Amino acid sequence: MAAQVSPIQAEGLGHSSVVSAPEPPPELERAPLVANNRGFGWISNRVASLCEGAAPTWWWVLFIPSVLALGMLLFMVSYQVSTGVGVWGNMRPVMWAWDIVNFVWWIGIGHAGTLISAILFLLRQRWRTAVNRAAEAMTIFAVMCAGIYPALHVGRAWYDWWLFPIPNSNSIWPQFRSPLMWDVFAVSTYFTVSVLFWYMGLIPDLAVLRDRARSRLRQFLYGLFALGWTGSNRHWSNYEKAYLILAGLSTPLVLSVHSIVSLDFSVSQLPGWHTTIFPPYFVAGAVFSGFGMVLMLLIPLRSMFKLQDIITMRHIDVMCKVTMATSSIVAYSYAMEFFIAWYSGNPNERFHFLNRAMGPYQWAWFMMISCNVLIPQLFWLKRLRQNLLAVFIISILVNVGMWFERFVIIVVSLHRDFIPSNWGYYRPTWVDVCTYAGTFGLFFTLFLLFIRFLPMIAVSEVKGVTPQADPHNPQAGAKPREVVYEA
Amino acid sequence: MRPETAAKPYGILAEFTTAAAVLHAAEKVRRAGFRQWDVFSPFPVHGMDKAMGLSNSKVGWFAFLGGVIGYATGMLMIWYMNTLDYPIVIGGKPMFSPFSAFPPSYELTILFGAFGSLFGMLFLNRLPRLHHPLLKNKRFSLVTHDRFFIAIECDDPKYSEPETRKLLEQAGSRHIEVVEE
Repeated sequence: MAAQVSPIQAEGLGHSSVVSAPEPPPELERAPLVANNRGFGWISNRVASLCEGAAPTWWWVLFIPSVLALGMLLFMVSYQVSTGVGVWGNMRPVMWAWDIVNFVWWIGIGHAGTLISAILFLLRQRWRTAVNRAAEAMTIFAVMCAGIYPALHVGRAWYDWWLFPIPNSNSIWPQFRSPLMWDVFAVSTYFTVSVLFWYMGLIPDLAVLRDRARSRLRQFLYGLFALGWTGSNRHWSNYEKAYLILAGLSTPLVLSVHSIVSLDFSVSQLPGWHTTIFPPYFVAGAVFSGFGMVLMLLIPLRSMFKLQDIITMRHIDVMCKVTMATSSIVAYSYAMEFFIAWYSGNPNERFHFLNRAMGPYQWAWFMMISCNVLIPQLFWLKRLRQNLLAVFIISILVNVGMWFERFVIIVVSLHRDFIPSNWGYYRPTWVDVCTYAGTFGLFFTLFLLFIRFLPMIAVSEVKGVTPQADPHNPQAGAKPREVVYEA
Repeated sequence: MRPETAAKPYGILAEFTTAAAVLHAAEKVRRAGFRQWDVFSPFPVHGMDKAMGLSNSKVGWFAFLGGVIGYATGMLMIWYMNTLDYPIVIGGKPMFSPFSAFPPSYELTILFGAFGSLFGMLFLNRLPRLHHPLLKNKRFSLVTHDRFFIAIECDDPKYSEPETRKLLEQAGSRHIEVVEE
């Protein structure tokens, strides 16, 4: 065992000594963030080539149905606006139904993007660089899908501008004591800041595309939006500071947005809505569903675009772990809701939670528990986290489960409130279903256009986490490392 | 050596292939006392700000100013709208309360702060600037790919072409050229 004596002991204590750094054992080495030791040029070429040349066949196979679904959305929206909210299934006592379920669901999906780009940045999780761009794009498009619903469900969509503090012809201002008004500010700020953050991250990568562009049109457009970026270090210095500040601002923002969405419910008096656990519970659920969506989008994309060296199995693994952790927080919240319903001694509260688990909507509750609480626990097994098909299926189930969670919270709470004579059973109409399907058309149309015309991987950020980027690493041309131990 | 053209030289451009080489070269250039110079890289190189002797970026002040303006705007707007211009009683709640006015004001703090940091960054970097002498240089387009460059401008009082070229050669650059305006 003489070989195990550390160099410090061998040299003796009490003075600083120059020794070569001991190599860690292979099982303790972390998997590199960019596999196969790819260089800067390879990263540029691989990512930029996705937006150059003719679109692959599979892209058209996905794009055409998405555009058709988008057309269906436009039809449903025109039908609803020209006819009235009555074309939906919303009916007393369930006056908020699929519209608000889908609004909360889409907004929730958006949360993973900001979590990855902002919170993981502050936490120095360098693996985020491979997935943040696509996740931020997902955020923006999901918030756009979400925004359709509140705009429509007010009934008279042509008065939507009354939501904003614009002087209108009746000289009435919005009423800021309502959480619905806070929601307008939260969601529109979230959308704007997400776009700013996304665009700022894109500037150096648009310059990558500008410098590779062959046609005049591409040179002009990428050049215009790259704003004349040169990669100057004086610019990088301000850029990195601005990025850090935007991450710092987006972190409280992302936590506040779903908190404020949850206040739409918890500020009311309805059993099932009137609880203080809602803000953290909604935020955890949002991150959970967002990671489900990120995995669902990236697992097929990494193999179709051959990005396995950038989005490695280590990336998939950590995202599965985040999904499982947030699933556990959601499970805790479900349990706590039941506990408080019993502990509060409030008969309405108790009845409501028993009604969730055993009432006419038991099937929805069962879907929610199985997809959100039970199935993600499979991610404890490393074998499953490494099985792409399994991860893909579970990520879809996570989003199914989160949709049912919002259904349970909104529809099931409303359908049986305080007075039994006011009870009812909600059913969606074909317009509800087709509008929801249409929002997928909007989402996937925008997402497919994004991966076609913009770099879906943050090129400059991924370059920055390779060993060649660290000027103190021998792979970046530094002298072989000699470590000084101060004994 | 340069052809007889009317074009004014912008500066001298030296190419490096590794992050470590450009970092050490930047330290040499700074020690030589240059002021009008810059390092160009495909990604921010760790430790380069220190090597170049840059001070902390001032973007934070823009973001802070934006945040303060955002919060004040939110509070004043809500107070004016719901108390002064069109007071209306809702469920017996006070006309103005800092608690119910907080969530929108908080969102506006973040919104204006985010605008402050993005536009502050662009202002400090003097961007957008779509025409730049370096962007016309063919070789410089590799800066977004895999190369590192140091450019020293002719406007620098210490600039003299042969000596600056020598310094950059000693710093390890294999390719040096003069860029025109």
